[in-house]
Amino acid sequence: MSPPRSLRTLLAVLLLALGTSLTACGSDDDPSPTGAAAAGGSDPVVVSAATSLKKALTAYGDAFDQGTVRASFAGSDALAAQIRKGIRPDVFASANTKLPDALFAEGLVEQPVVFATNDLVLAVPAKDATVASVDDLASSGTTVAIGAEGVPVGDYTRTVLGRLPAAQAKAILGNVRSNEPDVGGVVGKVATGAVDAGFVYASDVRGSGGRIVAIELPAKLEPTVRYGVAVVTGAKNPTGAKAFVDGLLQGRGADELRSAGFGAPPAS
Amino acid sequence: MRRVRWFPALLFAALAVVLLFLTLPIVAIFVDTSPAELVRSLDDPTATDALVLSLWTSALAVAIVVVVGTPAAYLLATRRFRGRSLLITLIELPLVLPPAVAGIGLLAALGPQGLFGGTLEDAGLGIALTTASVVLALTFVAAPFYIRQAETAFGALDRSWLEASRTLGAGEGSTFLRVAIPNALPGLIAGLALAWGRALGEFGATLMFAGSFRGVTQTVPLAIYERFATDFTGALALSAVLVAVSAAILLTVKLATHRSAARVLAR
Repeated sequence: MSPPRSLRTLLAVLLLALGTSLTACGSDDDPSPTGAAAAGGSDPVVVSAATSLKKALTAYGDAFDQGTVRASFAGSDALAAQIRKGIRPDVFASANTKLPDALFAEGLVEQPVVFATNDLVLAVPAKDATVASVDDLASSGTTVAIGAEGVPVGDYTRTVLGRLPAAQAKAILGNVRSNEPDVGGVVGKVATGAVDAGFVYASDVRGSGGRIVAIELPAKLEPTVRYGVAVVTGAKNPTGAKAFVDGLLQGRGADELRSAGFGAPPAS
Repeated sequence: MRRVRWFPALLFAALAVVLLFLTLPIVAIFVDTSPAELVRSLDDPTATDALVLSLWTSALAVAIVVVVGTPAAYLLATRRFRGRSLLITLIELPLVLPPAVAGIGLLAALGPQGLFGGTLEDAGLGIALTTASVVLALTFVAAPFYIRQAETAFGALDRSWLEASRTLGAGEGSTFLRVAIPNALPGLIAGLALAWGRALGEFGATLMFAGSFRGVTQTVPLAIYERFATDFTGALALSAVLVAVSAAILLTVKLATHRSAARVLAR
């Protein structure tokens, strides 16, 4: 009599344990009231953001006064792919407008807004730099790191190369040694001297602690770099998400972005 | 009586949970990809480039590990000296290091601005972001798996055999080659397979130290990550291939260790 019953109890306990551990690993946000209370009153605002936003949004998140912010950073395209695969953060902040617009068209996020601009620059190591301009990138023996195709920084880089004479663009692509999955990878490769130069954002250079320096691109090459942000459809904490996005447009978030080197969004 | 039946039930339930949890993601990879899709995405040259690169760089890394690691493991297994345990711990350390730590360590040691990087660059041997750096990263993470297993295999040999061989006039070198290696072979093969599996799966250290470039440094795990964002089906297909290759390797381990166990029992 009792063995089957205890077996059932045991199975129930094990399944429960498995279930809780699965939810604990699967989604970092704990929807239960007790967990949220421990975290500070309400659900945290879960933010998926482009790697280039790391410094600014971490500072903003720490100062955010309407709940805890839990931000994770990666290439915008990888974050968008996660959202398409059913991962639901509350906010998606991308280093372009293409990805949030596409997710909006698919009904996965709400109407995106442009909240910052940036400049693409050529980054070189602070000491012993061998590259002084875009022209130098084409010379043989020079090594370059760029973002992979589909990653915003990689797409902007290809826009720049597309504006160069075909032969020069081809020579530069021939000098590329690594297609990095996010801009952090490009910064790392330049900062450690693994390559002679790489295309990154102006804000990355400011945040590098002096390890890399920026060479501005000629105006005719400079792509339009605009960052889009959107509240994710079905966000667990829509109020917090909305407040977080508002703060990026005006207030603490906007201040952090400006001091990190991002430009204000164009007046619409 | 009841207590006796209660415990096996717990064991079975625990096993069921373990099995479900560990096989689910792997089953999902195959359920999510139709064989046709799988074949189609393998037609993609970036996929084949990554596979070819992964296979030969990992094979080369494992070859280096075997050639250098086997005598080193033999020494550790057959000599007792001060600091031996410390030495073994140091060699095993990469086993528990996160790959990102391995990557940053390799950069700090051999990167252009690393400890020995300048010397290497001056000698025209700069290796960051080259295929050589992939092999180096794979060798670093895979070596402990082999050396540990080889040390155990040599340590389990009957010492009197080695001594008998020497008494019969064989030098230490030929004892190592003719007696120790053949008898430890199942254990060595198991170690080789483990090291190879680890090398094939390497991601973090490769990305940091070698970067990602098609045909040069982009191994299968890096190609999977790059495809994840743009081509989920393609990423699944490549994952399926990696699962199959790794399973084949694991099977080799099982067969090798099985034979080794049989041999010990027969003795």
